[in-house]
Amino acid sequence: MIRLAEVISIVQGDPRADRAVPPTGFTAQLTLFTGAAMALLAVFALALSLATARLADRWSRELAQSSTVRISAPESQVAVQTEAALRVLRSTSGVESARALAPAEQQALLSPWFGPDLPVDVLPIPQLIEVVETSGGYDAEGLRLRLKAEAPGAVLDDHTRWRRPLIEAAGRLNLLALASILLIALTMVAMITLAANAALSANAQVIRVLRLVGARDSYIARAFVRRYTLRALAGAAAGTLFGMAAIALLPDADPAGGFLTGLGFSGFGWLAPLPVPLLAAVIAFWSTRVAAMRALRGIT
Amino acid sequence: MIELQDVSYSYDGADLLSDISLTLAPGSFHFLTGPSGAGKTTLLKLCYMELMATKGQVTLFGRPADQIGRDGVAHVRRRVGIVHQDCAFLDHLPLVENVALPLTVSGQSTEANMQELRELLGWVGLASKMASLPAELSGGERQRAALARAVIMSPDVILADEPTGNLDWEMSLRLLTLLVELNRMGKAILVATHDLNLIRQAKSQVSARVLRIKDRRLQLAGADL
Ligand SMILES: Nc1ncnc2c1ncn2[C@@H]1O[C@H](COP(=O)(O)OP(=O)(O)OP(=O)(O)O)[C@@H](O)[C@H]1O
Ligand SMILES: [Mg+2]
Repeated sequence: MIRLAEVISIVQGDPRADRAVPPTGFTAQLTLFTGAAMALLAVFALALSLATARLADRWSRELAQSSTVRISAPESQVAVQTEAALRVLRSTSGVESARALAPAEQQALLSPWFGPDLPVDVLPIPQLIEVVETSGGYDAEGLRLRLKAEAPGAVLDDHTRWRRPLIEAAGRLNLLALASILLIALTMVAMITLAANAALSANAQVIRVLRLVGARDSYIARAFVRRYTLRALAGAAAGTLFGMAAIALLPDADPAGGFLTGLGFSGFGWLAPLPVPLLAAVIAFWSTRVAAMRALRGIT
Repeated sequence: MIELQDVSYSYDGADLLSDISLTLAPGSFHFLTGPSGAGKTTLLKLCYMELMATKGQVTLFGRPADQIGRDGVAHVRRRVGIVHQDCAFLDHLPLVENVALPLTVSGQSTEANMQELRELLGWVGLASKMASLPAELSGGERQRAALARAVIMSPDVILADEPTGNLDWEMSLRLLTLLVELNRMGKAILVATHDLNLIRQAKSQVSARVLRIKDRRLQLAGADL
């Protein structure tokens, strides 16, 4: 386990130890760039992940609400068919409950469209049945057929059904975004390992001399680890800020919420990218340390 | 402090050194001679664990070499001053920082030891070259700097590989005087050299033993010196 003292000394640094290892030139810039690019990508992936999670959540909440069955029949038939439809619904698997709406409720539903003075009782307004599904849902086609047989005037209004594949898509997209974050992290491990290995083998002679004058492995490793950790941290901080700014500056479209306008952070979601630079630093720390320790094993 | 017991070493199968036994006790002074390619540098490397014996046992400060971990090796090397044949400097650091390197890597501040550094560099005639890079120095200057680096930590043992190879006689004598002085302070000294004059000169100052590598083995050189 890494001791706290070591972490602190990494941050504080030892200017003389740093001087012992010559500047690592382009690999250091590579690390800075990698940190920035990967952090930027990670922020976007994070935004996508949060947005799709929100979307899937909202859509499934709406799905959980009822669908409706509408009974449009000659007046004399309405009551009978409603009863029949309710019977069918209650014996359908996947239907949690079914309930005929009272006239007052129907009026409340319609009033936004026709005003409060709508004479519901004299107009031939179809009777509505509210159907609440179980989480598994019901077989819409089967239900339609059975309704048709028992209550010819019943129409299953399945308006939320089309969202199911969308929720699935949103969930899948969310998974992809999370997988991207993982891939970004792994890519960063690979890039920093490569950069550190390049620097370590370019400095094999320096490392040999340091060992010969009595330097411990941890001392030598620290000089490299410190560089790459700080570079990755700085790069990732810049990349994260840039990514957050880019998302904040996305044009603010219809607040009713299409998919694209949902991309971004909201509220506490803005805190989500903040660990990205820290994570980049941790990745750089371990990648460089492992690479350095491996390189040192070949040098007495 | 450093002890080799029936040590053999081979780079690739055939023994270069066989059945070498050698004890570097406190206050001892050894010269190591032998033709080029005999294995002098190899023997020194066994003494500071850059190489590990293929047979036999090397003991450093009371601990068998094969039981000393990597951090242990670092600590051993802080107690052993080494003048490498190739000097082994860091090319990007000025001379003074190269000489101070053993202090630096053991966590001591160069500033606190500046006085000593200056004195030492003055003594080996490099006071004016403190800020020069190793590449800007002559071979002899590099060797003197290497000696300065070897003694900066005031080590218990000093191993010098051809320390006078590039030095004129006067500078060789100075270097010898420094080594003799350190020897009188109780440090164990082992110098690999071809320079018979230097050995003769030393024998007039200290009781030095002269060893020779011949046919892979270590012998005590006779009265021909
Ligand atoms: N790393 C190595 N791999 C294989 N062979 C080596 C290696 N280092 C040295 N040798 C061989 O071992 C032999 C002894 O080398 P060493 O450097 O110990 O000789 P030396 O006595 O110090 O010679 P010199 O007086 O020229 O410095 C040489 O023949 C050399 O070629
Ligand atoms: Mg040699």
